[in-house]
Amino acid sequence: MLLRKLIISAFGLTVLILGGHSFYSHRHLKEAVVLGPGVTDVVKLGDYFDGIAGSINDCNLYILDSGNPGATILILGGSHPEEPASRLAAWLFVENGLMTEGRMIVALSANRSASTVTRLSGAYPSDFTILTKWGGRKFRMGDRWSSPLDQWPDPEVYIHSPSGQELAYVDIRNFNRCWPGRANGTITERACFAFMEMIRKEKVDLVIDLHEAELQYPVISTIVAHERGEELATFVSMMLPDMEGFNMGMEFSPKALHGLSHREIGDFSDAVSLLFEAPEPFLDATRGRTTREQLLTGIDEFVVKAGKAGLLFEKIDEKGWHIDVRIGRHTSAILQTMESWTEIMPDRPLSCEGVPRYAEVIENSTGHYLHNPATSSKVLYE
Amino acid sequence: MNLLTTVISICYYVFIAYVAILMIINLIRSRKWEQELLYVIVLLPFLLRLFRLK
Repeated sequence: MLLRKLIISAFGLTVLILGGHSFYSHRHLKEAVVLGPGVTDVVKLGDYFDGIAGSINDCNLYILDSGNPGATILILGGSHPEEPASRLAAWLFVENGLMTEGRMIVALSANRSASTVTRLSGAYPSDFTILTKWGGRKFRMGDRWSSPLDQWPDPEVYIHSPSGQELAYVDIRNFNRCWPGRANGTITERACFAFMEMIRKEKVDLVIDLHEAELQYPVISTIVAHERGEELATFVSMMLPDMEGFNMGMEFSPKALHGLSHREIGDFSDAVSLLFEAPEPFLDATRGRTTREQLLTGIDEFVVKAGKAGLLFEKIDEKGWHIDVRIGRHTSAILQTMESWTEIMPDRPLSCEGVPRYAEVIENSTGHYLHNPATSSKVLYE
Repeated sequence: MNLLTTVISICYYVFIAYVAILMIINLIRSRKWEQELLYVIVLLPFLLRLFRLK
């Protein structure tokens, strides 16, 4: 009987080690960032607020300063790390961007905690690889919410501060429901507060929060704009079809819906706040197998069927929504926003070179614009 | 609030450790292989959480 117990215990220990190793590897996977020619400094979010310093959400901030007068733009990648195109589009700016007018600040892992876990019971892949000419670059697949290992327990009802609005309990771990944050709040609220401090101290003029959305969600393929960004967003929305070859709508940020970046950053700082959404079939509830391939290709027969049944707010066919398409939409939309900003406010220009646009990303693939860490001297890890 | 969540978290981990120990004791005392296997399987998520792996 002792031998039987030992065998069964050994079986349990093996499963524990295999599973535990997988979870540990995911949480501690180091993602390489090859600093491009335009990166002039890298600072920590904790430099702006002690309450986040040294924590898992003390993310890197990459600064691309042209040295020439102009505005300051902040790109937020990884607000929701289960939306990988938002992080990778920001990655392309850090590895390729060269500001010629104004200054750019980029966060690749705005909610780093959420990038270390996938949706519980969702059977998501823990990582994915972008193929390049020299091999591949592996990235963490993340979640919409901060890891329960870093923030727990959740309340029965999440009462947003300072509005007092009641939100779903789980959204107390949702980075894009915690703006403008609280200095003495949860780690997610403190991360938002730290970003607000940074936005105020660095006098950021324009914030773009990058996202992806399921096709069954009505806020998709669009720019959500704070009222002070409506003119800019409308301009960009009009220019994109002619200049870049794809459509992106424009929506107003609801004044009564609190916690979101497009509302609170605009209300609690001088910055204009915009949020970009690209389509990601991987997130749709009607999807089939949740695989790395599905994540990258955006091909899913069940989401296509949902589209034929009129259940979607964005088109989809057998070609899906490849991650190159989603990343290209984001890079082009950011570049077009900077160009439109400069036309509206020529005394505070923004100009960036070296970042591939929509057509280029599709033609050459995202991997073409990711550089080899093994042959680069300036490499950091997320 | 942070103090409260910290206290709750510590209590939670103590509780997990307590339940895990109970299950290990039951595993040792058990005389049926089906129960032993069940204890081992049920124990896994408790240990993953206790070791802060998931």
